[in-house]
Amino acid sequence: MSNVAGADLNELANQIRIDIIKSISEAKSGHPGGSLSSADIMTALYFGGVMEYDSKNPSLETRDRFVLAKGHAAPVLYATLAHAGFIPIEELASLRKFGSRLQGHPDCNLVPGVEISTGSLGQGLSIACGMAAALKLDGNASCVFALLGDGECEEGQVWEAAMFAAHNKLDNVVAIIDNNGLQIDGCITDVCSPEDLGEKFKAFGWDVAHANGHDIDDMVKKLSVAKRDRSGKPHCIVAKTVKGKGVSFMENQAGWHGKAPNAEQTAQALAELTNHK
Amino acid sequence: MNVSKVLRDPSLPEEKKSTRAAYGATLAKLADEGLPIVAVDADLSASTTTAKFAASKPEYADRLFNVGIAEQNMIDVAAGLAVGGKIAFTGSFAVFGTGRAYDQIRNTVCYSKLNVKIAPTHAGISVGPDGGSHQMIEDIALMSALPNMRVLVPADYASCKSAIELAAKTPGPVYIRMGRADVPCVYADDAKLEMGKAYVLREGSDVTIVACGIEIKEALEAAEALASEGIEAEVIDAFCIKPLDVDTIVASVRKTGCVVCAEEHSVIGGLGSNVACALAQLHPAPVEFVGVKDTFGKSGALSELMEYFGLDSKAIYNVALTAMEKRDLVELDNRRF
Repeated sequence: MSNVAGADLNELANQIRIDIIKSISEAKSGHPGGSLSSADIMTALYFGGVMEYDSKNPSLETRDRFVLAKGHAAPVLYATLAHAGFIPIEELASLRKFGSRLQGHPDCNLVPGVEISTGSLGQGLSIACGMAAALKLDGNASCVFALLGDGECEEGQVWEAAMFAAHNKLDNVVAIIDNNGLQIDGCITDVCSPEDLGEKFKAFGWDVAHANGHDIDDMVKKLSVAKRDRSGKPHCIVAKTVKGKGVSFMENQAGWHGKAPNAEQTAQALAELTNHK
Repeated sequence: MNVSKVLRDPSLPEEKKSTRAAYGATLAKLADEGLPIVAVDADLSASTTTAKFAASKPEYADRLFNVGIAEQNMIDVAAGLAVGGKIAFTGSFAVFGTGRAYDQIRNTVCYSKLNVKIAPTHAGISVGPDGGSHQMIEDIALMSALPNMRVLVPADYASCKSAIELAAKTPGPVYIRMGRADVPCVYADDAKLEMGKAYVLREGSDVTIVACGIEIKEALEAAEALASEGIEAEVIDAFCIKPLDVDTIVASVRKTGCVVCAEEHSVIGGLGSNVACALAQLHPAPVEFVGVKDTFGKSGALSELMEYFGLDSKAIYNVALTAMEKRDLVELDNRRF
């Protein structure tokens, strides 16, 4: 577990954003938009005292588990794991390169701290439910966090998992929706709207909270409450976010879902993020 | 090569049982041994018999997860249980338990190399009256193309028990193909089959018949009919299709010079394709295929379908004669030039 003081959390999230931009720019491909939108959520989870873990012992039995259902946001996961001590910071420059452990989408057989390989959308919540069921069978009180995209919720399997989790009273599952409102082809409400995600989870029998996904203190509070609440319902936190958050020309632009910035754009993005510091 | 020692005593009266009947009971036995067995099924736990596992002891009731009619969730819940240290067996019918959830099997179970055993029942045309929508004849092709996956096709009840135990005790993904139909018992009840092994059920030097699943019965009957014509067929059970026991198959074909592959599956991508591929590299010889010829199944009684699709012993008999003719023509050509 890592506990970073309040003001420093924002700085750490900013550093994670810098690492995201640098690694994607170096790789010349990758997904900046959804990585940037979830940087504050990841900071809250890993450095706000929410998740229990030990980077020196990634298989610690009492660790909380994390599933990056939106596997294309691998850069934010890698940067988070690097700052948490699972992998060296320098390794972030190897993202997506031949021979690197940092595959385009996370590979659990290569990277310590990655519980499960992801990349095919819609599967992460089901996997998290299976992990949570295993913890319950073992009488292990740890919690499973899963980070989903809002566009990802268009996958029908998400709702198979929602049904399963509530039916099996998996109150040790916390699903976080990175609700940035955009997907590759545009606004999720234009492409094929899943409508009110919070109401949908509620209808399936989940405990639902809403949060500002860029207010780290708010996220820490809501994640901690969800983690502790074992009253029989699985937890969903709909975290309102801005896709591309922190880089002016990427914010709220679907075009930056899966595109690397060129040298000039990288310099501008890094200047903005550095000045923000 | 000796006829396998794992076979059933031929003096015992004939007995028929389905392979699926071994499923739940074997899971219960393995759980009794202390293995962390869990099962995940999709509203078919009675048909697949995983319900028998859950019912066998009160403490096993919590170790069967019924996800409802949601096969994609079934596979990934099993994946999560495997991440949590369990040996997770999945259920459903082969058509849904592989095809409906192929991406989950590919991208989660196999890519992460998880301890998930894909073990659906009701494979092949032997579900009969349910028709083409439910007759899964591409599952061996789908599963054997996946990296990290092993593929077992038990021929009878005893070999199915062994396959389930083998899957549980082999780390990583395994596919077990089970059927609904009652099939004759061929193996000794306590037979312990091995990963990567094929089994010679009958020795012969004139033609090799490599078969699997319900085609074993047909192959043995065809061999009897050929024997009455003075032709000795060697019958091999390709219990494990991946990794394929190429040594046993090549050794037999070196002796016979030709082979018939018989499977209750499409001729594309199944046992026959795998055998032909191995022989093409190691010992080229005429190969003939008994299987469903690139078409969907249809409703009917099993016996009607076996005849219609050319899967019965008569078809194997005729195809064996063709294989031998082709071999003889090749030999004649070789002598001529």
